[in-house]
Amino acid sequence: MAARPRALIVRSAGTNCDAETAFALESCGARATILPAQPFLERPEMLSDYQILAIPGGFSYGDDILAGKVFGLELAARAGEQIVNLVQRGGVAIGICNGFQILVQMGLLPGIERPFGKPEVTLTDNDVHKYQDRWVRMRVTSDRCVWLKQGETLFAPAAHGEGKLIPRDEALRRALHEQGRVVLRYIGPQGEDDPPFPHCPNGAVDSIAGLTDRTGRILGLMPHPERHFLPWHHPTWTRDGLADLPDGRKLFERGVGAVS
Amino acid sequence: MAPNPSSPSTFLRVEVATRSGFPDAAAKKLAAEIGRTLERPVQVELVRGYSIAFAGAAPRDDALAARLHAVLADPVLHSSQLLSGDAPVPTPSAGFRRLDVVRRPGVMDPAAASVLRALEAVGLAPRSIRTYRAVLVKGATSDSELQRIGARCLANLLVEEVRLDPREAIAPFGELAPAPFRRVEVPLRAADDAALVRLSKEGMLALDLAEMQAIQAHFRQEGRDPTDVELETLAQTWSEHCKHKTLTSAVELHGDGAPRRYDNLLKETIFAATQQLALPWCLSVFRDNAGVIEFDAEYAVTFKVETHNHPSALEPYGGAGTGLGGVIRDTLGTGLGAKPILSTDVFCVGPLALRDDELPAGTLPPRRILQGIVAGVRDYGNRMGIPTTNGAVFVHADYRTNPLVFCGNVGLIPRHKIQKAARKGDLVFVLGGRTGRDGIHGATFSSLSLDSSSSTVASGAVQIGNAIEEKKLLDAVLDARDRGWFSAITDCGAGGLSSAIGEMGEELGADVELARVPLKYQGLTAGEIWISEAQERMVLAVMPEHAEELRALCRMHGVEATELGTFTGSGRLRLTFEGKPVADLSMQFLHHGLPKRMRRATATRTAPRPAPLPLDVDCNRLLLQLLASPDITSKEEIVRQYDHEVLAGSAVKPMVGAGGFGPSDACVVAPRLGSRRAIAVGCGMSPTTGAADPHAMALLAIDEAVRNVVCVGGRFDRLALLDNFAWPSVDDEATLGSIARCAEGCRDVALAYQTPFISGKDSLHNQTRTKDGVIRIPPTLLVSAIALMDDVTGAVTMDAKRADHHLILVGETRDEFGGARALALLGLDAGGAAGTVPRVDLPSARRLHEAVARAIASKRVKSCHDLSEGGLAVAAAEMCLAGGLGAALHLGNVPRPAGLDHDATLLFSESAPRYLLEVAWEDLDAVSRLLAGIPHGVIGTLTERPVFTVSGLSQKPLLQLDVAKLTSAFRTGLDF
Repeated sequence: MAARPRALIVRSAGTNCDAETAFALESCGARATILPAQPFLERPEMLSDYQILAIPGGFSYGDDILAGKVFGLELAARAGEQIVNLVQRGGVAIGICNGFQILVQMGLLPGIERPFGKPEVTLTDNDVHKYQDRWVRMRVTSDRCVWLKQGETLFAPAAHGEGKLIPRDEALRRALHEQGRVVLRYIGPQGEDDPPFPHCPNGAVDSIAGLTDRTGRILGLMPHPERHFLPWHHPTWTRDGLADLPDGRKLFERGVGAVS
Repeated sequence: MAPNPSSPSTFLRVEVATRSGFPDAAAKKLAAEIGRTLERPVQVELVRGYSIAFAGAAPRDDALAARLHAVLADPVLHSSQLLSGDAPVPTPSAGFRRLDVVRRPGVMDPAAASVLRALEAVGLAPRSIRTYRAVLVKGATSDSELQRIGARCLANLLVEEVRLDPREAIAPFGELAPAPFRRVEVPLRAADDAALVRLSKEGMLALDLAEMQAIQAHFRQEGRDPTDVELETLAQTWSEHCKHKTLTSAVELHGDGAPRRYDNLLKETIFAATQQLALPWCLSVFRDNAGVIEFDAEYAVTFKVETHNHPSALEPYGGAGTGLGGVIRDTLGTGLGAKPILSTDVFCVGPLALRDDELPAGTLPPRRILQGIVAGVRDYGNRMGIPTTNGAVFVHADYRTNPLVFCGNVGLIPRHKIQKAARKGDLVFVLGGRTGRDGIHGATFSSLSLDSSSSTVASGAVQIGNAIEEKKLLDAVLDARDRGWFSAITDCGAGGLSSAIGEMGEELGADVELARVPLKYQGLTAGEIWISEAQERMVLAVMPEHAEELRALCRMHGVEATELGTFTGSGRLRLTFEGKPVADLSMQFLHHGLPKRMRRATATRTAPRPAPLPLDVDCNRLLLQLLASPDITSKEEIVRQYDHEVLAGSAVKPMVGAGGFGPSDACVVAPRLGSRRAIAVGCGMSPTTGAADPHAMALLAIDEAVRNVVCVGGRFDRLALLDNFAWPSVDDEATLGSIARCAEGCRDVALAYQTPFISGKDSLHNQTRTKDGVIRIPPTLLVSAIALMDDVTGAVTMDAKRADHHLILVGETRDEFGGARALALLGLDAGGAAGTVPRVDLPSARRLHEAVARAIASKRVKSCHDLSEGGLAVAAAEMCLAGGLGAALHLGNVPRPAGLDHDATLLFSESAPRYLLEVAWEDLDAVSRLLAGIPHGVIGTLTERPVFTVSGLSQKPLLQLDVAKLTSAFRTGLDF
């Protein structure tokens, strides 16, 4: 059996989901290291010692200007190439909530035209224009992403104010679907497509909750799989009992498994 | 202070707007708010502006616009415009009028730092940034309308300025000149009493004559006059806010029992009870910034609840945000630093329908206040990444000018990090945010009562927080704690550096060079630096040998760390500015010189005035009214705006049940990932009974808090309490009597239940002078409860689980409607005076709580809910709507005193303590055995058919409602 894969969790001022993300990766067999932005940006080549990169949720630099903007600019300027190399040599990466916003601002996701560069989609204010913490159902709508299995559903809490995904234009929207980059979509309680609020918490175009890159090794999603990792995270466990394998745990086991 | 704008040629502006065809949710929401104010629809467009100053001339290259666009705009959503500083403001398109909203000088601009950082990432090096908003409105015509919009919907004029149709560009602030050093001596020794009183008032010192005389006597001994800074330091340290003079004063209490005397009211009631109980799991109580109790073998939990009332009355958003920020720093400043794991928030506001013209001048409408405090807690708490997991909202007319904002925080700390003490030779370090004029006189301000001029007097006391600054500080401090580099820490709260360093150096004395304190802007005097309440700062006693490592660590976290001086061992507080002495105070006098006050208090208890419900009361209608009433209706609208699951500890959420909208009694959090050990946190309050019987109010508030945590599975034998007294001014015997009786009530319950108080705080002077007299808040005691849970999977929620399960009512129902919601809704409460205040019989109540806790521990209780506002009817209805089930109740088995035969009384009385338990048929006997000797009865069953029915004592149908109807009534929500 191979050595435990190494996971790097990069945090900036305002990142606040690093501990639970590390716990999830560790529990699934990875060795996780949490590192502040500065030492990482000074030596991004350190990424070559890792197989997994995670950018957790939070409010990087207060999400001033735009959600994920400032940290996204820093990462793009200093570490973009290294992240592209990571997945090209078989590593994986995940951006959750603010992490997803950061990957989008870097242009790493979806990266239709180039591996990364100019943002092609945006994650902006929820239609209800307020932060919403509520559990949502998603369906895996593509077989492209190593973190997910097509057809499965994922139940997890969304907790964000800016999760409405909008593609730059119609051509890009079509490309997202044609190339199987739309990997997660919000669904209704009975599995209905394109459900209304609150089942789709933000009004995202085509109810898009998550995207992957051209390699299928980078996943970005708004809801928080690390918050549905332990059985008692589930909002109705006192009614329905404790699950053996919570949805969020499945996702992390796949991701870590892809590099083990 | 008014910084002079720098000359235009050296700055640029970028204005960012949403491209047509893309949504702007913010603009839509604002348009709705403005429409509501003008009572007609309007169109709104929003522009975000950045005014960027450069050291020399602003750069002019062609690529600049593109570079700035890439940083300040969303390439998908936005268009942006680059304007030179001197260019005129762009004229809005036809029919629109432009309002610029800009922060006043010196008001925190949290985004500025991030923008600087982002611009540096693309190779620009500006000198300073000033952000602003432009609002374009179509449909509002007259200037007066626009001014109304500006004041009501766009800005708080206390901290922001609204410019109509601006021609002038908004310029970045220029540099200010340093304030010239002045050493001011106050001629105190020669002053007569009148002069002493005047000096206190003019200096906003909030010191009374006796205190001024004590200071005068001290300096006569010293043979000199005090400096202004010394006087300020004494005023801060002796302020009601920091010293709790009233609750710790000597009190002679007459009435409502035999006369008794306390040398220190607080110490000899609440605190004494905790000491008498001497429970081994109480690790640090009433000593540190928070109470500390055992969690497991390695960790302890800390808990503190604070108030931030007056700042929130003036600037709700900033006041509530900094209130939360402050209590989070209390956690960080407990022991050698605890890690915050959850926050709580309780708000008391006036009726939300009140309009400006129904309110005294200078007060914001309650609706606006609630919007502001909810947003303030949301933005600060969510950015900190600390879940807000428990809270409550109370509405009462007498909170309309003086809202109450309680913010609590629980922390986790390694048990070997609980003790702290600065050592001789340790260095005085300040970490975190820079110091400005923010919140100057906050401590003394909160010791005065509000009036219509407060908004001008206290504008300095308003604080705007920067959560990200505090998050960085938090990460850096915990990192340094684990490396053992400092021997003591405390937060900069009320009184700023003066309180923090004064406290830490109490035993040792300290030398401090004020000129070293990093400033947001120049121009502060030594005294202002010393007492500024700028947010996001902690003071540490750093071991000299680790000073360098600490600086490096803080650099990595992007936190400023500055050495200010040394803890000396001289026993004196010596302050210098650029080497020149500005203060030299005896720590002994500073901390123990406050003259002891001896005050007489009289306790009165209004005799019970039974107010029987009319026999013909329409129970259907009353129940629906109750479910929709402000104190009971769903708070989901607020709860969902708070991140209550970050840190992944959440096991019982604020909203529970099949549909996720059932009101949980308390939250359960398992803070150590991978461990099943957990805590339950809840609260209780009974502000409607305090006027009639403050002692009973204490019992009711505590018992409700206890019930709430027991309901979810918290251990009754590992339950700790916090008190927060919020009172009007306590300058007359009767009001002092009411606070004393309330304190005695806290003591009585603590001893009877063996549930210790571990921390507390009081906030007095919650009243407002208006031209029609003084508006005093109802005496208000908030009790917060925290209970240990050995295994999180033993938690129980309040939602009804299965049809055919039975409902057991535990506890006796009496004709007790004092302060009851039903009485108020029926208009029979005579302003709160009518009805018998519920009486908690402590010995039997303790047995009852123990029995219910045992039943829950036996895993035979499928759901559990406490009876409080609205009584049995509301509790049962809430269980049904949360579980999506119906119920058939019969009042025949309701435990009650002989002779009580009025159905509506049994349904709506607010007697305590009472619980509703859901139990399966096969478990009924076992649970009944566990409840042996406790009044209880099976009062009905749950049904698949979603209908809620109650039949009365005479078996005749009394109430019948579809659960869907109950649900929509409960989900009405607060209209703000």
